Amino acid sequence: MNSLNAQEARDKDRGQRAHLLSIADLDRDEIEELLRVTDTFVEVGRRPIPKVPALRGRTVVMLFFEDSTRTRLSFETAAKRLSADTMSFSVSSSSLNKGESVRDTIETIEAMGIDAVVVRHKSSGVPAQIARWTSASVINAGDGWHQHPTQALLDAYTARSHLGSLEGRRIALVGDIKHSRVARSNIEIFTALGAQVTLVAPRTLLPASLSAWPVQVSQDLDAVLPTVDVCYLLRMQQERMTEALVPSLREYTATYGLTSARADRMADGAIIMHPGPMNRGVEIASEVADRPSAVITEQVANGVAVRSAVLFTLLGAGRLQGSGTAATTNSSKERSIQSDSVLAEELAHAEEAT
Amino acid sequence: MIRHPDTVIKGGRLIDASGEQSGDILISDGHIVAVGQDLQGEILIDAGGCIVSPGLVDLHAHLRQPGKEETETIASGARAAVLGGYTAVLAMPNTTPTIDCAAVVREVLELGRESVCDVHTTGAITVGRAGEQLAPMAEMAALGVKVFTDDGTGVQDDRLMRRAMEYASGLGLTLAQHCEVNSLSEGTCMHEGEWSARLGLPGQPSESEELMVMRDIALARLTGAKIHFQHMSTAGSAALIAAAKAKGMSVTAEAAPHHFTLTDACCEHYDATFKVHPPLRSQSDLEAIKNALAAGSLDAIATDHAPHAAEDKELPFDQAPPGMLGLEYALALAFSELVDGGAMTEAEVLAAMSWRPAAIAGMDNHGQRLVVGVPANLCVIDPSQRWVIDATGGASLSRNVPYVGKEVRGKVRHTMVFGELVVRDGEVQR
Amino acid sequence: MSRPYGGVFVARSRIMEAEDIHRALRRMAHEVLERNHGSQELILIGLQTGGVQLAHALAATIEDIEELEPGSLPVCTLDVALYRDDIGIRPVIPEEVTDIPFDLDSKVVVLVDDVLFTGRTIRAALDAVIDFGRPKMVQLAVMVDRGHRELPIRPDFVGKNLPTRRHELVNVTMDGVELGELQKS
Repeated sequence: MNSLNAQEARDKDRGQRAHLLSIADLDRDEIEELLRVTDTFVEVGRRPIPKVPALRGRTVVMLFFEDSTRTRLSFETAAKRLSADTMSFSVSSSSLNKGESVRDTIETIEAMGIDAVVVRHKSSGVPAQIARWTSASVINAGDGWHQHPTQALLDAYTARSHLGSLEGRRIALVGDIKHSRVARSNIEIFTALGAQVTLVAPRTLLPASLSAWPVQVSQDLDAVLPTVDVCYLLRMQQERMTEALVPSLREYTATYGLTSARADRMADGAIIMHPGPMNRGVEIASEVADRPSAVITEQVANGVAVRSAVLFTLLGAGRLQGSGTAATTNSSKERSIQSDSVLAEELAHAEEAT
Repeated sequence: MIRHPDTVIKGGRLIDASGEQSGDILISDGHIVAVGQDLQGEILIDAGGCIVSPGLVDLHAHLRQPGKEETETIASGARAAVLGGYTAVLAMPNTTPTIDCAAVVREVLELGRESVCDVHTTGAITVGRAGEQLAPMAEMAALGVKVFTDDGTGVQDDRLMRRAMEYASGLGLTLAQHCEVNSLSEGTCMHEGEWSARLGLPGQPSESEELMVMRDIALARLTGAKIHFQHMSTAGSAALIAAAKAKGMSVTAEAAPHHFTLTDACCEHYDATFKVHPPLRSQSDLEAIKNALAAGSLDAIATDHAPHAAEDKELPFDQAPPGMLGLEYALALAFSELVDGGAMTEAEVLAAMSWRPAAIAGMDNHGQRLVVGVPANLCVIDPSQRWVIDATGGASLSRNVPYVGKEVRGKVRHTMVFGELVVRDGEVQR
Repeated sequence: MSRPYGGVFVARSRIMEAEDIHRALRRMAHEVLERNHGSQELILIGLQTGGVQLAHALAATIEDIEELEPGSLPVCTLDVALYRDDIGIRPVIPEEVTDIPFDLDSKVVVLVDDVLFTGRTIRAALDAVIDFGRPKMVQLAVMVDRGHRELPIRPDFVGKNLPTRRHELVNVTMDGVELGELQKS
């Protein structure tokens, strides 16, 4: 490996334990565990008082260099459900100082005493950089074209709630893969959970190289659509028109849009997903977006529970645990051990001594 | 003119373009006055176990003065150069103001005269490097400028490049090109490939460099001009240059140490220290560059030393300025990556870092054979000394070093510029 | 670390057999009914994970004694992970989803757990219960009280009082109760 300096290696190691920067950093067990813990928070959300004291006294900061009211509110709600305090800095409210470097911003905020920072930025890699400059837990809420891990988790959770296990399921990701952090995260989470992923897009909207991912590629949506359990549509942005990537929105919709006719040809039980906000009439016909098979509003609802699970796991569980979490495979013996906090502490000390 | 004390460099392996011999060198009044055995002098430099070579010549260094003196000055860049064994550097013109007229050339040369290294400068091909209008090359040539480049960017317009070649060749001047087709590289920040896809960063394909190499080879054939290709980074470029040379064309080319040491995988953690133009490429490109240097189709190693302030390199990857330091590390990297890898001998590396670049730049005082009468521009290298590169303690005013933590071998012990011992025992003397 | 807390439970002695468990449950069921003058307002909440099976067994026993329709006595489950006082100090993860589908207002809630030790789990359970409503009363039923309380918590119904040393472990299943310790792997 070429020239990874020692400091970076240390940060990388730390990054994999205290942060959620990318789905690629999680192994299958960790993903399954986060989805399992999401069930608990779905239940919390249904209570008359949807609140638990788990993260009382912790502070979670929203650091949104790129606007997204919906994602920010979802994270804020998720934090408040855990009784954490929240602070919000966003470009739209001008609470982020223009001209101040990202590093200075995070160091100033950290001086106020924070436990976690949720970051969204239009440049890929900023959450990873921030993780080098703070000891707080960093959660990537979307960085450039790179990753949107909590979106992928809520998408996987929603798909599973309809289809059961995703092992062997066929999932089509349709649209502007090249510029989509949602696509990158979803490719990784769906393949990690055993699904077969097919990318459907004109070649201009595919990444330059697909060798990093075990995916199929097709330019023929009509051929792929009847074979899939999930049709996941990506937003087609207006800006792409000026970059010679597709000739026109009309041509895009004709070739890759989920029209009523195409939606009719989907298999029974197949679902339609979209990260929102939808361009009705472009990537999805307006009428199709309102069908029962379109689960877009469920995705949004699940987002809060997923984000609570992530916050709790990072701040409450101490770290994302790999296959060392025997919790799901424990015998009842170890469960009665776990319910006993003092004993566990003694054992932890004993552990360190050996 | 200060008269430096007579110095004898004893017991070294004397390597130059004619081969290797062992012996002593006596320097007096800025020149080599004797080469042989048992020589005596006022100052004694023990070169036992060391290589004594003509000083290295860097064809490509950004000294940032005038305009960005907080990142580097001609003085500090010169110090970094001599620590790396360089007795001459060729400064790039993308300063503020651009080095595109006699006045700025004069300023740079004057600052260079006071420094510890022999600082030469390129001139821009176009005014302001804007790619629209030819710069006054004759006026700059009158001050001694021999190489012209718009480095930082390539000349995009075909017709303008043709005219520049015709005009320059008429004056016996050399054009050097930073090969990058802007329409393919605009908005990108790394090599387009598996890593750019994975990292979600816009990348430029190898073709954005190769298309301009192809064009310039064709135009050079058309105009008969001498063209030097800067910082070649792709397998395709190396192949194009080899083919052009095979046809007997007068083209030369350089590669930077980072392109035979690092790949695009280094961008994994979004550390903009690894951001550079042309970008770090794939492993197969790296191998091709090594092979081309070994075969001689790439003539020279040039550092493309590019200082940047720490806060600029902490910007998001796509916003950070491109460039990395190189003057103090190039020789050690060449020994570690090229000689230890078995691709080249130490003598071949020195050819690529000393006498061949001296010839390309038209620097008659450098890269000379170690014989009586030549100007004493030398370096003494301990080829067996192992050391670990770190970001602190360098002479450059900046710290953007991508090799931190890398173990290398080969350290410059002493450097002599026109008879003055500017580096002694690894320390700059002024 | 490949297993949490770095060890495996090793039993040293058997304290109760399956029949002892059943007898204890029978007695406790009678005590619950006696204290509460019947079963009309009862809701049982089994604490995950050790108290769930016991809660179902206790409910079945009460239904049997009172000749109620099997399954008519409300039984809920509660995972207290989100209410623990050691979150962030050591890894805490919810094991199961809490299921309390009944209105707790004005009811008598009987918390059911396998082992009562420091009392911290019950303290967390009380906080959770209060989030769900305002019970008329909260009582505590445990199969084994092993001592070493750190909070002012006391059980109302106990299967067996078992003095233990701090480092020992108590393992409760429907097949019996074992006393042992953790062997580090």
